[in-house]
Amino acid sequence: MKKQSQTFNRDILVPALWRAVLKLDPRWMVRNPVMFVVEIGALLTLMLTIDPSIFGGLAASRIYNAVVTIILLLTVIFANFAEAVAEGRGRAQAAALRRVHKETQVKKLSQPKYRSKQELIASGELRKGDIFLVETGDTIPADGEVIEGTASVDESAITGESAPVIRESGGDRSAVTGGTRILSDWLIVKVTASPGEGFIERMIAMVESARRQKTPNEIALTALLAVLTLVFLLVCVTLVPFANFLKSPLDIATVIALLVCLIPTTIGALLSAIGIAGMDRLIQRNVIASSGRAVEAAGDVDVLLLDKTGTITLGNRQAVDFIPVGTASKCELAEAAQLASLADETPEGRSIVLLAKEMFGLRGDVDSFKEGSLHFVPFSAQTRMSGIDMEGNSIRKGASDAIIAYIDNQGKAVPVELNTILDTISHAGGTPLVVARNGEVLGVVHLKDIVKGGIKERFIEMRKMGIKTVMITGDNPLTAATIAAEAGVDDFMAQATPETKLKLIRDYQAGGRLVGMTGDGTNDAPALAQADVAVAMNTGTQPAREAANMIDLDSNPTKLIEIVEIGKQLLITRGAITTFSIANDVAKYFAIIPAMFIVLFGELRALNIMQLATPHSAILSAMIFNAIIIPILIPLALRGVTYRPSSAGKLLLRNIMIYGAGGVIAPFIGIKLIDLLIAPIIGGL
Amino acid sequence: MVIDILQWVIFWGVLLALVFPVGSYMAKVFTGGRTWFDPVMDPIDNFIYKLSGIDPKKQQRWPAYVKAMLIVNGVMFVLMFLVLELQTVLPLNPDHLGFVDPWLAFNTVSSFITNTNWQSYGGESTLSYFSQMFAIIFPMFTSAATGLACGMAFIRGLGGSVDMGNFYADLTRAITRIMLPIALVAGVVLVVLGVPSTFAGTQTVNTLNGPLAPAAVSPASQPSAEATSTPAPAPTATSQGQQNIARGLVAPLVSIKHAGTNGGGWFNANSSHPFENPNPITNMIENLLMALLPASLLYTLGIMLGRKKQAWIFFGVMAAFFLIFLVVAYAGEIQGNPLLTKVGVDSTQGNMEGKELRLGQGETALFVTSTTAFTTGSVDAMHDSLTPLASITPLSQMMLNMVFGGKGVGFINMIMFVILTVFLVGLMVGRTPEFLGKRIQVYEVKLASISFLMHPLLILGFMAITFALQLDLSSISNPGFHGLTQVLYAFTSASANNGSAFAGLNANTPWWNFSLGVVILLGRYISIVLMLALAGSLAAKKAVPVTSGTLQTDTGLFAGVLFVTIVIINLLSFFPALALGPLAEHFAMLAGKVF
Repeated sequence: MKKQSQTFNRDILVPALWRAVLKLDPRWMVRNPVMFVVEIGALLTLMLTIDPSIFGGLAASRIYNAVVTIILLLTVIFANFAEAVAEGRGRAQAAALRRVHKETQVKKLSQPKYRSKQELIASGELRKGDIFLVETGDTIPADGEVIEGTASVDESAITGESAPVIRESGGDRSAVTGGTRILSDWLIVKVTASPGEGFIERMIAMVESARRQKTPNEIALTALLAVLTLVFLLVCVTLVPFANFLKSPLDIATVIALLVCLIPTTIGALLSAIGIAGMDRLIQRNVIASSGRAVEAAGDVDVLLLDKTGTITLGNRQAVDFIPVGTASKCELAEAAQLASLADETPEGRSIVLLAKEMFGLRGDVDSFKEGSLHFVPFSAQTRMSGIDMEGNSIRKGASDAIIAYIDNQGKAVPVELNTILDTISHAGGTPLVVARNGEVLGVVHLKDIVKGGIKERFIEMRKMGIKTVMITGDNPLTAATIAAEAGVDDFMAQATPETKLKLIRDYQAGGRLVGMTGDGTNDAPALAQADVAVAMNTGTQPAREAANMIDLDSNPTKLIEIVEIGKQLLITRGAITTFSIANDVAKYFAIIPAMFIVLFGELRALNIMQLATPHSAILSAMIFNAIIIPILIPLALRGVTYRPSSAGKLLLRNIMIYGAGGVIAPFIGIKLIDLLIAPIIGGL
Repeated sequence: MVIDILQWVIFWGVLLALVFPVGSYMAKVFTGGRTWFDPVMDPIDNFIYKLSGIDPKKQQRWPAYVKAMLIVNGVMFVLMFLVLELQTVLPLNPDHLGFVDPWLAFNTVSSFITNTNWQSYGGESTLSYFSQMFAIIFPMFTSAATGLACGMAFIRGLGGSVDMGNFYADLTRAITRIMLPIALVAGVVLVVLGVPSTFAGTQTVNTLNGPLAPAAVSPASQPSAEATSTPAPAPTATSQGQQNIARGLVAPLVSIKHAGTNGGGWFNANSSHPFENPNPITNMIENLLMALLPASLLYTLGIMLGRKKQAWIFFGVMAAFFLIFLVVAYAGEIQGNPLLTKVGVDSTQGNMEGKELRLGQGETALFVTSTTAFTTGSVDAMHDSLTPLASITPLSQMMLNMVFGGKGVGFINMIMFVILTVFLVGLMVGRTPEFLGKRIQVYEVKLASISFLMHPLLILGFMAITFALQLDLSSISNPGFHGLTQVLYAFTSASANNGSAFAGLNANTPWWNFSLGVVILLGRYISIVLMLALAGSLAAKKAVPVTSGTLQTDTGLFAGVLFVTIVIINLLSFFPALALGPLAEHFAMLAGKVF
């Protein structure tokens, strides 16, 4: 999928134009009260074009009525076009996703066993609960949960990330996505969503759905725009009897022209495009939101719960020092630690091997040992230790409490100085790993979290935006506090469990805050379900993905911050164009009101401050401005207004100057320019 | 000019000095604090509660509060109507006035029950003293107290309490602790300064022409035979050498007329009548009286919400509108009328048509501005005679209907505009808009925007009906732009519950009495109900903590944005009507055009 946004592109624009015309169907238009009024206006002026005196009153020339009709129709088409372009772009992205989602043959299994009976069926026939086998080179036909096997999977079709990822049964990496491909090994997968119901399909359906759900904010804005439209309808309709009382009857086409210029057509036309484009911007960043409501809520989030690991720190801790205890030398400790870590494939283990090599040139050479005299002890959940047994030497490394318990078990004593060292490391925000040989403590490996570069600056931005950042970690409070201080988060929660996380979210919500969080594990599911904006990693488990209202295909926890910014940008764009739209009306009044009455009441010429040429040129200029401002603003609506994180006051000042003051001034200039252009052409229409 | 400006400065100085004590006193009254009047008034209050079986401690949520308000107002409506219809048989009718025409009675009762005080009648020639007391002065207290009570309920809602107080207790306390004491003191002061207060009927006095023979024996006026056989006819002002001087309980009415921002005069000429407003000092006192409660109420709001800064921001925006309109009203008048200047009228005094010499331009402009800002509606000059430019001041302030406003209802409208502003521009900070820590969502936006819609709907809608169906158009005394302004003014005054009259429009006809009465009732109750519902909804919401991402509504920036938004959305609603009325007339006047 292409990452950069393509606002204008032939493949999107041409069909959009056609769809814009199709959308003139009143059954469709009625959903947008503002533009519906314009369409009815066009219908009325069309009737006036056919018979200029059909409604009585002052009859304008047929040509004038025809021109008004055309401009009105264009206004509606421009509005529909804006929506169609936004939808077209969404559809293009959906099509790109769907391309990877072709019909394939599936090896359906009768039993969840690798060697059980296979049956070849078409992927479309798969149903939820079915079990299938995928092997090297196969494309996974549907979303599912791995129940057996480990395989590397190419998810680039979904995430754009070329590096393969590991998928295996159990744990947090058991979810697979339809459309991705197995690079090596095999998996037995249980279908969690029938084809056509997977979340990619859901997204495609959502973008394409004609009945796109309006978000709460959109509904409120639509209500306000509808009432404003009513006010202007009232203003224009009542103008007819007022004018009659003053014995200066109005022609109906001009009244309709005034009405259309006044009602907030600009925002009415672009409102739905802004919403669609907001979700689109998320998709461009490989985030799929289950509803527009979630995107909007993202803008309102004021507490972010961020997992320490992966978000704030690099995913793994690294060994930074060896601290010997008692008689052991530093080199002796390094060697023992290295030996104990040789078979440890975790990043921590590898970093110990690496550090020992860097500090003492140790290579962990075990080739000289006889076959059988060497035995690696892998990490197990019971002992919480790993190590190596060789030639009577038994080396163990593990968390301090595990090793201490292990030594106590052997009836040996723990050196007193150990506690001091452990405390020192903890205070420094590190994690101590105790190394013991034959029940004697050799020393401690200092593991340290590495805070991601640039993350501190992001948190400063967040604070400016009024968002509180809370670090969540399973570490002890001391370690957590150090990392929290180093990263510059506002608060932290140490020794977090699913229950305490859930409670924290509830507490914040009870205080009126909206909480955003990311998660991937099954035990995150309750918290994800409780959070207002919950982003699940695509690599996460099915329960986590079900509980979340957004899924990040890149599985990048830092994405939450971008999601918040996109949510804010969406709201700002909506507010900016609304303000602009309403501010525009001031100039339109000064164009049209004098034009309406100038013939009989020359004294109202004083209100013609733009010095527009003739009444007709004034009215048509205002209408043309009103129409062309819509396509002019389409790129802004789709791209969103520029958003720089800052405080509400600064944002308001900046945007009110651009879109409020600009909205008052721009039409004065625009209408005058259009008048200069068209006045010689239309002459005495 | 210096003296004029000095008078304004004195007015604002005294007003600002009074805002603090009166504002905190009102906060005490409505939060159950102790006040000086408690020893005297508590027994009276308790007697009232006991008599009517009310538990003043029982809290009401907004629907119950609204229901109580509507019932009390409804009952008073019926009683007042009966008083007007039965005044011939009721006591205190020394001038033997007949019963009131039902259309007029409907209009009058609607007008006074709602604190509007639009008068289609002339008080001295239509109402008995009993009617003045029980259908005019009585509702002047209760309607003011109703508005104040609703304002208090609204503040409690904004403060986050779904229990909005007890309407009956609020109504009672508003009268016994606020209206009565102020009216009592002001009434006595006015009497000292020359305002009459008597139960005696109209007095016939001899003019400087000397005590000529009574009208009855004057051969020119009527045959003598009939004069002896019938009771002496009611003296008329046309009787040679004699003048009938109407009088009555003027001071008590004038004091509550202004303190309660009512505005209905004892006399038809209202506060331009020398008995209602004898001199510049009384004029200043009346100005201050009408400003006192609406202005102080903002301070009360600040105390009750614990947000004084916010209250001063509102105060500042309102005061800015007030000062601008004061200057417009003054500037429009001091230039005089160019058409009259051309034919040789001395323009050094400005336009003096319809003005009282004893009050002058400065105090008149102040009164014009105050009476329409504080929704009083009394007049000390004829607004019909203002220059077109100056007439924009009363019209615009009634259209805005939030420049201080009456007691309670004015700032309720202000909050409506705040909600609309917060929603319109608040999105631009990238969050769901909030006000006082509560999110503004679909329900609030709907209520506020419908409430906003009501004002133009009633004004423009009824104007259009009147013109389109040609209803009683003969009441309009001027053709063209000025005629349009007369109608615009009448419906605006009614919908804003202001009650000031532009004069020139004969409103005592069935259509005008009916339509203005209906506009008055809808203009009052719909917005109160909608906005109390809004406060109830906000109260029930969880408060959102303030962060640097919150749009602060108590800053100068917000005040500016609020000011401009109010100007624009009102301009959009009323510009065409203003353009075809006063603006067109103004330009026509400058162009030397007459009608």
